[in-house]
Amino acid sequence: MTPHLEINNLTMAYGDSVIQKNLNFTVKRGEIFIIMGGSGCGKSTLLRHLIGLLKPSEGEILVNGVSLWNTSFEERNKIISRSGVLFQGGALWSSMTLGENIELLLTEYTQLNNKQRQDVISYKLSLVGLSRYKDYYPSEISGGMRKRAGLARAIALDPEILFFDEPSAGLDPVSSRLLDNLILELRDSLGATIVIVSHELASIFTVGDNAIFLDPTEKTIIATGAPKHLLESSEDSRVIQFLTRTI
Amino acid sequence: MQFIMTANNPKNYQLTTDANLLTLHLSGDWLFQSGIPDIESFLQQLPESHPQKLTFNCDQMGRWDTGLMIFLVDLIQSSRKNNIEVDRESLPSGVQKLLQLSLAVPERRSERRARLGQPILAKIGNVTIEMHRSWTEMLTFIGDVFIAFINFLRGRAHFRASDLLFQIEAAGPSALFIVTLISVLVGMILAFVGAVQLRLFGAEIFIANLVGLGMAREMGAMMTAIVMAGRTGAAYAALLGTMQVNEEIDALKTIAVSPIEFLVLPRLIALVITMPLLCVYADFMGIMGGAIVSATMLDISFFQYFQQIQGFVGLSHFIIGIVKAIVFGILIASAGCFRGLQCGRSASAVGFSATSAVVTSIVLIIVADAIITVLCQVLGV
Repeated sequence: MTPHLEINNLTMAYGDSVIQKNLNFTVKRGEIFIIMGGSGCGKSTLLRHLIGLLKPSEGEILVNGVSLWNTSFEERNKIISRSGVLFQGGALWSSMTLGENIELLLTEYTQLNNKQRQDVISYKLSLVGLSRYKDYYPSEISGGMRKRAGLARAIALDPEILFFDEPSAGLDPVSSRLLDNLILELRDSLGATIVIVSHELASIFTVGDNAIFLDPTEKTIIATGAPKHLLESSEDSRVIQFLTRTI
Repeated sequence: MQFIMTANNPKNYQLTTDANLLTLHLSGDWLFQSGIPDIESFLQQLPESHPQKLTFNCDQMGRWDTGLMIFLVDLIQSSRKNNIEVDRESLPSGVQKLLQLSLAVPERRSERRARLGQPILAKIGNVTIEMHRSWTEMLTFIGDVFIAFINFLRGRAHFRASDLLFQIEAAGPSALFIVTLISVLVGMILAFVGAVQLRLFGAEIFIANLVGLGMAREMGAMMTAIVMAGRTGAAYAALLGTMQVNEEIDALKTIAVSPIEFLVLPRLIALVITMPLLCVYADFMGIMGGAIVSATMLDISFFQYFQQIQGFVGLSHFIIGIVKAIVFGILIASAGCFRGLQCGRSASAVGFSATSAVVTSIVLIIVADAIITVLCQVLGV
């Protein structure tokens, strides 16, 4: 079976400055895949490559076997529109209410009438517990609510693949755990593939099926496998230090 | 078993009934991209007396997504109203989980919409309270700026000298091109409009008086102020607004540094210094614009033109323009910084602050100009 996401010899760089090189990994359909590593190792940069915001310096990214960059602009947009992204701060459009944030996607990509769009908006917001906040602006709700609203927007079009950038960042432990549960529920019910950039250990062990560990010194992947398996069997001190919070 | 109703592709359902059970048979793909069945028409087709329990048969159902979920959520909520018990256990497990999440928080009317639907008297009251709050904030700001300025005169204000120099550079030399362009054009327009009328009386030479007096007393300061309100005042509001969004201003307060002294004062001083200089420069450029029109259209030489100005436009006229420029500078910096500090916590609030700063500045400039003009008239200056 073709992997949902396949990364071959990916090198990421800003100008002459290489961030990560020779990255090779695959993400299976329906799995929760974690990209982890210390601060500044290039996790978010990798995510921006995976969602098509940045072009690789070398190598390729295959989504359902189709190259993201060796294809036409239209095809790339089609691939990207089948994915959902939850940015670190939610990235909600501040001039729109939560409902309008979701409605924009529905207007652009579906033929639903107004009543149907409103039903979808209510449903998506209800999945994240925000059905009462449809007419609120992002500035009127808390950080955790913004994150959940961002998630509602990310799943507005029932994407095949979801990308989360630091979903637990800035959340209290309880909210963080609730978001983890929500991610698991969405994976189990929607069957979506989920790629998460995180360095929150509790979340990594709770939701992660598989993971890669990026190292800022070697500028490449130094460990691959299930987070719990890495914790038990990795012999690399950098991975162990990270997963056990030891110095 | 009795057959009741059928819906056609792409989303198929059949409702059957027996003695005490309604069964909804779902088949085909239920994808929302191809539309969502209307629950109202479904309910209208229900017979008047029907069993009070609904179950599902999903054996023939293909792919599903939000399309199915919207239909089911509506169906479950409508069934509650009609006292029909819905058996969710017969649905696929993924659907059950999503329904559980979706129905966990009861749907209610949005709280914000409830606030928007206030009676007119409440709205008037809220607007009045908001205006009062805004005036209080403005008075507080003026007071804070005054105190900061006193601190500056006493050498106790906290700001970086490099910031002040940067602000002077940004508000002065960087604005020269646009001030030159606008002033020359205004001078030319004044001369051109005057020429048409004065030529009728053979009094073309008085073009110099018109342009000289107009630029020195009014247009030099006014046009510079309007350019600076759009250019610099808006930039102040946008910058301080963005700092508000990023909590940078809160960070200043936490280290006991007054944002008024650290951010507003350098900008205010920069405009108080640069505005009169720009005004004098604009006066000269406007007079040059008039000279160009006079020389090319009216056969008045540069020498005649400037001699006429020298004889008619005295230093006092230029000083009035300079005083106005200083006042306008204070107003532009204050309006820009005030609107920036008043900014909300979102990107759209920054845009609103910048717009509001420009509008406030221009209104204040016009009002101040009118007041100064009347004062000059009364004082006979």
